[in-house]
Amino acid sequence: MTDNKNNAYQHIDKSRFVFTQMDTALHDTKLETKSRSYLADAWLRFRKNKSSVVAAFIIAFLLIFALVSPIISPYTINDKDRFYQSYAPYVEAIAEKHIGIFDGATTRSSQNEKSMTFWRGIAEETGRDPVLRILNTVTTQTTHRGKTRDVYSYTIETNQYYEKGMIYSVFSYAEFEKIQAWQDETGIQVIYPYVEPKDIAGITDNPNLWYKVDSSGAAKLDADGNFVPVYSTNQALAGAEYHSLRIPGDDGSYVYSTAKSGAVQCRVNYYNYYTYVNGHEPFYLFGTNSMGQDLFMAIGIGARFSIIFAVLVSAINLFIGAIYGSIEGYYGGAIDLTMERISDILGGIPFVVATTLFQLHLAQKVGVVPSFLFAFVLTGWLGMAALTRRQFYRFKGQEFILAARTLGASDARLMFKHIFPNSIGTIITSVALVIPSVISSETQLTYLGIINLSDFAGTSIGTLMSQGQVAMTSAPHAIFFPSLFISLLLISFNLFGNGLRDAFNPTTRGEDD
Amino acid sequence: MGKYIVKRIFLMLFTLLVITLICFVLVRMLPPAELPLNDPHTKIIELRREAAGYNKPYLVQFWIFLKNVVTKFDWGVSDKLYFGQDVAAIFLTKLPATVIVNLYSIILSIPIGIALGVWAALKKNTWIDYTISTLTMIVISVPSFVYAFIIQYVLSFKLGWFPFLMKAGTDWLSWGMFVSMLPAVLSLSFTVIAGFTRTTRAELTEVLTSEFMLLARTKGLTRAQATVRHALKNCAVVVVPAIFGEFIGIMAGSLVIEKIFAIPGVGNLYLNAINGRDYNIFMLDSCFYTAIGLAAGIVVDISYGFIDPRIRMGSKK
Repeated sequence: MTDNKNNAYQHIDKSRFVFTQMDTALHDTKLETKSRSYLADAWLRFRKNKSSVVAAFIIAFLLIFALVSPIISPYTINDKDRFYQSYAPYVEAIAEKHIGIFDGATTRSSQNEKSMTFWRGIAEETGRDPVLRILNTVTTQTTHRGKTRDVYSYTIETNQYYEKGMIYSVFSYAEFEKIQAWQDETGIQVIYPYVEPKDIAGITDNPNLWYKVDSSGAAKLDADGNFVPVYSTNQALAGAEYHSLRIPGDDGSYVYSTAKSGAVQCRVNYYNYYTYVNGHEPFYLFGTNSMGQDLFMAIGIGARFSIIFAVLVSAINLFIGAIYGSIEGYYGGAIDLTMERISDILGGIPFVVATTLFQLHLAQKVGVVPSFLFAFVLTGWLGMAALTRRQFYRFKGQEFILAARTLGASDARLMFKHIFPNSIGTIITSVALVIPSVISSETQLTYLGIINLSDFAGTSIGTLMSQGQVAMTSAPHAIFFPSLFISLLLISFNLFGNGLRDAFNPTTRGEDD
Repeated sequence: MGKYIVKRIFLMLFTLLVITLICFVLVRMLPPAELPLNDPHTKIIELRREAAGYNKPYLVQFWIFLKNVVTKFDWGVSDKLYFGQDVAAIFLTKLPATVIVNLYSIILSIPIGIALGVWAALKKNTWIDYTISTLTMIVISVPSFVYAFIIQYVLSFKLGWFPFLMKAGTDWLSWGMFVSMLPAVLSLSFTVIAGFTRTTRAELTEVLTSEFMLLARTKGLTRAQATVRHALKNCAVVVVPAIFGEFIGIMAGSLVIEKIFAIPGVGNLYLNAINGRDYNIFMLDSCFYTAIGLAAGIVVDISYGFIDPRIRMGSKK
């Protein structure tokens, strides 16, 4: 540009330039049709692609889910239930209808008569029958002392929330009073009569026994097959005064608590106690995870972070990559070669190694999330830079660039006003495809435990999945829901990205790379 | 061509060296693991650390490290997980599991992937093509651990066909080992199959519409003849390097799959090294992953040149 030939024209006197066509009439007719912009054109093409439109709706739905689920869930990420861990989905209103969903069901196999009686005991005392249905009965015949009899073995589905039944719990006197007041107010029985260990064959670790048992814990039924209650009437044991609801069949003599070093110990109906503590009955649309958190809310919390993080990473990578790629592509030559070498070296660093090193060095200084972000940015922008570079090589030799340069446009103007807008379609598309890949890597790393986001974000989908894996066989829901969410999210993002690419670059339609 | 290969390998070694240096310095900047007081190995490890130049400048340390690795393949001793043992020896015992699992997966998935890709391309714009393409899209999007869970739950738990985790032991080629590896192999295969289907389909559809195919038909070849002799051959230009790349990549394996199925491979070793802060193992594993990644890239590029004389970049330059 600055060679002698160009300079030679600069000294021509300005007055010697004249317009040649100033007064002549141009016979060019104006375009009759409305002009359509690039974006409008892309939008038209995008709308025709049914699968992408569906994907866009699914993305919208998942985004709304992530936004809303922690708000509408009655739980927060810090609500970790002590007992309701890895429990199946349960909603009281639906469970009551007995249609086989949302009833907290788990399958228990080889249940003998003794365990069936145990479930019946819980059902009779709490009024909530844990046995939902009997799936299978196996009859075997055993001969004992010359007598042959049938032994039944059942496979049943039980409601885990009802199964818990009673627990032993220690309360302060004030708390004990508070619960009684709450009982009076709502009519829900939390505290049940106390049972002395000596009456239940010395068993101390099973709060669900309230009837006569033998030393193995099997119920000793009376002649009619009914339980024989052994509630304590020993007033000397009573830990504190009880003046609230009493169970049916109580003539006022039952003891409801026992003294326990400055406090009282009670038998507590956990389902009702839960209602007392949380102000509502258990409501777990997706069940609970192994930490006792509500999965419905936890998935939303994890997804919020994943999505925001992915968008942030893509934006930063787009910014760095676009500038780097523009410079490489525009100048070419030695600059391109040097810069390519740098990207080659960065590109050789395995992502997981980079993440680990950042984690070891930076996590304590700047926090887990920023160091994680750095790891993504370190190599993430390379793809974007390569893409931009290719686009620049494609456009920089074309006539309109030559024209603009002839008119005196500066390098920066040529790069960002003339060449870059032409590659914007390709770049937007690749951003749409980078987002799912960031989400996927993030999920994998949190799943592996290399990154732990729990302190910052509460939880993450990967963490939820690794927690779900612990109890995969007994509580498949805990891994199913996070997996379903992440799969849907990634599939729809990819479909959406492909649709965008087809819409922006009709010429590359159907190619997949 | 020879010059090109030498140049590429030289560049790769340079890149590897730079990355190793960066990793090395970053790792050595961390405080070394504390050693238990009353352990006979402690004295030895301290001496070895002294010999490795722990108190000298980083570049001197790096030089000692490099010299040991190149001349004696000595990567130091483990000072946490496998106390006092040679890191390289531990690493080599972990390699077979990873390689074998991934080898099975590739042997299984490449023929299926290519077959599906060819089928979809030949039936382009029919329901077969749409089904295969959509499934490919979906399968590629879903991360491999989701398949792992599905396989573990359905095949291992519900149906009981396979054991839950990989069998312990070193009888790598026995039948029992093969069966216990299958869940992991299947989980890895989905993504590979989808990848090959996609590549093959994209390449073959492009080849099938090119003009030499028209010429082949015009000179009297049947559609099948033209496809087998001309289209597939040209399609191989892209697919074969991808196969080579995949074969190199098998050694790197998959961290997630190794964790889920308890495969005693390099991935698991790497995770343990990170969690246990065993820096020598971490260093070796990091270099290994870097080298594998770079080697895969180089093999793909060079095999392009071998298969298709038109793409010999070195000769053009």
